Amino acid sequence: MTLAPHQTSVQPVDTVTVSVDGIEVRVPKGMLIIRVAELMGIEIPRFCDHPLLDPVAACRMCLIEIDGQGQPQPACAQTVTDGMVIKTQRTSELAKEAQEGVMEFLLLNHPLDCPVCDKGGECPLQNQAMTVGRPEARFDEKRRTFPKPINVSAQILLDRERCVSCARCTRFADQIAGDPMLELLERGAQQQVGIGPDAPFDSYYSGNTIQICPVGALTSSLYRFRSRPFDLVSTPTACEHCASGCALRTDVRRGVITRRLAWDDPEVNEDWNCDKGRFAFLYTADGRVETPLVREDGRLRVASWPEALDTAAHGLAAARGRAGVLTGGRLTREDAYAYAKFARLALGTNDIDFRNRVSGDEEAQFLASMVAGRRLGPTYSDLDHAPLVLLAGLETEDESPIIFLRLRKAVRSHGLRVQAISAVRTRSLDKLQASWWACQPGNEAWALRQIIDGPQGADALAGLRQPGAVILIGERLAGVPGALSAAAALADATGAKLGWVPRRAGERGALDAGALPGLLPGGRQVTDEGARAQVAAVWGVRSDVLPSRIGRSSSQVIAAIRSDAARADADSEPAVQALLVAGLDVEDSPEAGAFRQALDEVPFLVAVSTHHNEVTERADVVFPSAVVAEKAGGFTDWEGRVRSFGPAIRESSSVADGRILAMVADVMEVPFGTGDVASLRAELDSLTPSTVTRAAAPQVASSAAPTPESGYALLATWRLLLDRGRLQEGEPHLAATARPTEAVMSRATANSLGVANAATVTLSTARGSVTLPLAIGDVADGAVWAPLNSEGCALLGIGATYGSVVRVTGGAR
Amino acid sequence: MTPLTPVITAHWDVPDYFTLEGYKRHDGYRALPKALAMDPDSIIAQVKDTGLRGRGGAGFPTGLKWSFVPQNDGKPHYLVVNADESEPGACKDVPIMMANPHALLEGVIISSYAIRAHHTFIYIRGEVPQAIRRVASAVREAEQAGLIGDNIQGSGYNLRVTVHSGAGAYICGEETALLDSLEGRRGQPRLKPPFPATHGLYADPTVVNNVETIANIPWIVNNGVEWFRQFGTEKSPGFKVFAVSGHVNRPGIYEAPLGITMRELLDYAGGVRGGDGTVKFWIPGGSSVPMLTADHLDTPLTYEAMAEAGTMLGTGTPMVFNSTISVVKAVTRWLEFYKHESCGKCTPCREGTYWITGVLDRFEHGAGTDPDMKLLEDLCANITGRSFCALGDAAATPYPAAMKYFRDEFEAATHTPVDETYPSAASYLFTELAPR
Ligand SMILES: Cc1cc2nc3c(=O)[nH]c(=O)nc-3n(C[C@H](O)[C@H](O)[C@H](O)COP(=O)(O)O)c2cc1C
Ligand code: SF4
Ligand code: SF4
Ligand code: SF4
Ligand code: FES
Repeated sequence: MTLAPHQTSVQPVDTVTVSVDGIEVRVPKGMLIIRVAELMGIEIPRFCDHPLLDPVAACRMCLIEIDGQGQPQPACAQTVTDGMVIKTQRTSELAKEAQEGVMEFLLLNHPLDCPVCDKGGECPLQNQAMTVGRPEARFDEKRRTFPKPINVSAQILLDRERCVSCARCTRFADQIAGDPMLELLERGAQQQVGIGPDAPFDSYYSGNTIQICPVGALTSSLYRFRSRPFDLVSTPTACEHCASGCALRTDVRRGVITRRLAWDDPEVNEDWNCDKGRFAFLYTADGRVETPLVREDGRLRVASWPEALDTAAHGLAAARGRAGVLTGGRLTREDAYAYAKFARLALGTNDIDFRNRVSGDEEAQFLASMVAGRRLGPTYSDLDHAPLVLLAGLETEDESPIIFLRLRKAVRSHGLRVQAISAVRTRSLDKLQASWWACQPGNEAWALRQIIDGPQGADALAGLRQPGAVILIGERLAGVPGALSAAAALADATGAKLGWVPRRAGERGALDAGALPGLLPGGRQVTDEGARAQVAAVWGVRSDVLPSRIGRSSSQVIAAIRSDAARADADSEPAVQALLVAGLDVEDSPEAGAFRQALDEVPFLVAVSTHHNEVTERADVVFPSAVVAEKAGGFTDWEGRVRSFGPAIRESSSVADGRILAMVADVMEVPFGTGDVASLRAELDSLTPSTVTRAAAPQVASSAAPTPESGYALLATWRLLLDRGRLQEGEPHLAATARPTEAVMSRATANSLGVANAATVTLSTARGSVTLPLAIGDVADGAVWAPLNSEGCALLGIGATYGSVVRVTGGAR
Repeated sequence: MTPLTPVITAHWDVPDYFTLEGYKRHDGYRALPKALAMDPDSIIAQVKDTGLRGRGGAGFPTGLKWSFVPQNDGKPHYLVVNADESEPGACKDVPIMMANPHALLEGVIISSYAIRAHHTFIYIRGEVPQAIRRVASAVREAEQAGLIGDNIQGSGYNLRVTVHSGAGAYICGEETALLDSLEGRRGQPRLKPPFPATHGLYADPTVVNNVETIANIPWIVNNGVEWFRQFGTEKSPGFKVFAVSGHVNRPGIYEAPLGITMRELLDYAGGVRGGDGTVKFWIPGGSSVPMLTADHLDTPLTYEAMAEAGTMLGTGTPMVFNSTISVVKAVTRWLEFYKHESCGKCTPCREGTYWITGVLDRFEHGAGTDPDMKLLEDLCANITGRSFCALGDAAATPYPAAMKYFRDEFEAATHTPVDETYPSAASYLFTELAPR
């Protein structure tokens, strides 16, 4: 029998022959005994061992016998050597006794909390105790007790007497996340997990410690005492929060999501996820649109499905050729595809755009050329093996947390070098030991060009020419003219793989599905006749049915509605007669004010929404749609990997967007299909990825950021992972672990702005201002960083976004 | 009678021997120029040939340990001197540092040169500030005399020596815990492999040696292999700084060849003090080694003979107990020590010492039970060979050894409080100070 651990690239490995419980196997040299046994289906009990953490061999539960060694050895720390004869508890009395002895020690101080402990029913200690524990305790002395529980953070609680000191949580904090300050304190029997004085465990990944704790010592404020594992119905799901693409498990108790866990996917999130993915699910409960609504006499009222479908169908049919579709970046790929198809077939328009954020033509061209409809890659595994990764316009911890974990793993395991073009030297860059190229917001294009042909770029250029080098860029670069062109040129000049990392989970899927004015599914260009024919064939229509002119982007649609409204003569045909809007938040738009007015002004507005919001308020027809947990679907992560899932809340009767569109199309007598997820998926999968002719890469010249006048600074900003986002509503413990809302600038900038001694600063634009505590940090001179959408700091609301020039004034110390 | 062989201790009666001056006056720093003129590898070879075994307790051959350090690997190398001496009964390194700090330093310079280290750390137990001060001032003197620093005696060899104070944890004497502590972490033993020889201090090649081990080096370089091997036995060559304590009339340091017997050492130490004048039990070298009885007084104090007798030479610091001492109490005190000093990392030692102490406490109060004796035996068996480091193993030795020779005392402790059978007052050193 030859066994090998999961490997992505096939390389010849040195193997050794060992025998485990009398069975001979050939395995790669240097494997841990516990892994060899696992591959053979032999389970050696363990507590401290975790395949993704460095071994500590502390719990001693995994002791096994090796021929020729007098004492039992820890299987989790010993590697195999040729000819080794290993006996586990199955065949060795010594191993069995040793394990029983350790088990007795572990139970000795363990409280009888099982009936009330969150872990009860899924607890490795409980399971082991049932297997090898003694039926009766021999321990009569006093157990150690601790006041319980203590908060190691707002979210994480610790019951110290349940802890078995396995150091999984502390190793996770140290080795995986790199975050302070979860440590083992004290010694001997008093050893305990703890935090620093006034220094809580501060990590975006804190929830993982709960999941890997082999006992119920760590619990979350959110889930503690809420359920027993055997009352839960579990479904493998994918995370809807970002484009990292985490596999999750969603646990539902009587139709209500009770918790979410990271699910093991070695290719993507390994065993981990972030706290947003884990704890932000309560939004599914409140504020939902529950029935269809139609507007009558200026007010929305409850309507039956047939009535709402009729009203929508008529309004939309009347607007054929003059309707816009705005989908937002959070739809499943199947639903996004349904909108892309609906726009072309039912509305006869290419006016469809998923980008409810800073965007532009250069980006559309970049995506069409470099990303849309392409095959998988670059991938996480490419990051694992890269010699160098260049980041530009991307803050990995905030914007794609699993990318951060992968990079850190590669930095730790093989010395990956990370370089970052960024306005801020962030905490994540420090944890990645990255070299920081300070870059004023808006100068990224220039900085990228410097690598290609600048005097100081030679080193980086050579680095990027190494096989396997990767460039990762964030969606923020869409707002920097020339940056995406420069990134494409840099990838071209070096051969480095180029990864575009959007923030929202649905963006890549919507792009591949054709929810852009210039693109059909699979990256096909609307202007390409052959491409149109391919799509028409799948849709079962004549290809001249598909509109062939490039449509209008979301800003263009908004602008068109505004100018329709501004025109005095009511008789002339409006350029946009109707708008179909899916799940997006108006305040996420960089032009929220105009957007709001356009929603007011557009003659006919249909909203498909999970929640009541500013769009539904203004709509003529509202359809209630299913949240991610209530439907099947899939997201496409930043790699281009499809993450499909089934409904977690099977009791739900909510309907997915795709089905709703199919029903509308049906009333409109447009051939659309049933709109069920399986058929949408099958069609989409036949269209993407594709190998069609792509648009050329954009070639926009780079320009420098403006030089702010005295008293002004360039704004660097992005959304913190944990912020005011709608999908995080309802979880105060999670919110309490958000990073502080503050304005950060360099000492030099503070001096030149005359705010060096100020306690707070006010950032203002013509539209308003925000006042924040001031912190001095590593920020490019001339720039100030503040969170885009945190409590007390909604910058879009004052018309400020990445690269804006803001006025900075100091408040009293 | 085996004669004493004062080497390291030869001039301890010279009042200023601890100064550079005093040490030099008595042939100090004569080995250094000789060593610096030698090829480092040949020093390693010489130490190997002497068969010198580490004096820190485990008795690992020193030359062999040095030869594990990869040479010419371009990495910094370190010598770390283990001066954490914290084991109950062990008291030899502190006297050496007090009386003979320059012999230690001369050994440090030569050893560092041999293993190509340019920075040595001397990690001294935090509770002995006198020793820390003394070694620190010896380092200063040596620096001022150009014996430590750049281009030592024109040889082109550079060395820095840092004296570091521990913070009072016995586990920090374990070499890898010591390294963690030295690096500023919480002192807990590291997983081996990799061993310090390749991944020690700051993950660079490192040799950790005991104070006495290093203090041997100048004499070895000065006098050679043959001279060294004339002392001791084939497997335990050399002389040893024995520190005899407990119920003897003249407790103190006796430097003698390995192979001397306890009976002889007892004689030098003026015989048993108090009780009925006999040895009830004794430990050859620190609380971590199993006890012996009067039957073993003629067993040679060598690594091999002690092993054969079911114990270990350990640190070579015998502790003698007279007839007034309760074995139950002695074992309980030792276990209390281990419980207090367990670092907490691994389950058997952390939980085992806590549990055993609780049960022993019952015995001490006459409330042990028959099944408890079996229980203690099981618990010790569950620690031995299962714990992460030798501290756990050490904690599991006193009870089984005591049961081997004094089972009746544990049986008595199932009904009678130990203080009644063995009143504490009978063992007091100074009866006039005894509590009433
Ligand atoms: C719990 C424990 C405490 C120890 N304390 C000391 C000590 O204080 N001094 C010492 O030299 N060795 C001590 N050792 C032994 C060291 O780990 C190591 O073996 C020794 O320093 C090596 O030096 P040597 O080869 O010169 O003997 C201790 C070992 C253990 C397990
Ligand atoms: S809290 Fe849990 S994970 Fe952390 S050391 Fe204790 S048992 Fe292990
Ligand atoms: S990293 Fe992204 S995909 Fe993963 S759990 Fe967090 S928000 Fe979800
Ligand atoms: S045996 Fe285990 S708990 Fe005891 S000191 Fe060693 S590592 Fe720490
Ligand atoms: S699992 Fe091997 S020692 Fe803990």
